[in-house]
Amino acid sequence: MKISDILQLTEARVVCGSFSSQTEVERAFSSDLMSDVLTLDSENILLITGLANPQSIRTAEMADIHFILLVRNKKATEEMIRLAEENHITLMETPFSLFRTSGILYQAGLMPVY
Amino acid sequence: MVIEQTYFIRGGDFSHAGDASSKVKKLLKQLGVDARKIKNIVIALYEAEVNIVAHAWEGMIRISIEADRISCTLEDKGPGIEDIGQAMVEGYSTASKEVREMGFGAGMGLSNIKRNTDVLEITSEVGVGTKVYMVNYF
Repeated sequence: MKISDILQLTEARVVCGSFSSQTEVERAFSSDLMSDVLTLDSENILLITGLANPQSIRTAEMADIHFILLVRNKKATEEMIRLAEENHITLMETPFSLFRTSGILYQAGLMPVY
Repeated sequence: MVIEQTYFIRGGDFSHAGDASSKVKKLLKQLGVDARKIKNIVIALYEAEVNIVAHAWEGMIRISIEADRISCTLEDKGPGIEDIGQAMVEGYSTASKEVREMGFGAGMGLSNIKRNTDVLEITSEVGVGTKVYMVNYF
């Protein structure tokens, strides 16, 4: 699914990062538990999380995840933005809940990791 | 050629948890190590680094990179682990609420480390600290 579609469907905004209009992710994973994220084998995924602290960015960095969607109106901190920019991670924010966000994107065809 | 690095880790300093693992990742990338291998190494190292921040008072990470492997030794001064066998069980955790708020503390750290390393040795003395030695072959 195109990042531009994800933004539109979840009424999200981009906090930092750059991507083309054709950039896509294959699958998504929703979790506030970073150890769960660190068990994933998939490539090219979107991390949907309500965890608004630097560990979500560090986890994405270690797991080679380049797109993070923060849910339930959580705001990225300056430290998070700094780390995301340093590691070429695109950070987005949606006002929707984790459940609603996941439901909308799943219904629109974004595949789960498992 | 052997490359050696040492990083100091402060217990409880969650805002910097992962800094050392991040530096190691960048170093391995520069050395041209396979991306898949890098991911295994840094996931294990990051979980182990978070463990020091979450449980210990302070710690050191020493890494040594040789032609065919990376060895990481993480030594901390802290409460130690009473029963390593139990700590290895997925879901068992002694983490604080603060650690859970950071997105960890669900008892998956050590099993994540084991899954991502070729050699893993953990020794610990209650009231003194814990030593984690891990090796990944390239």
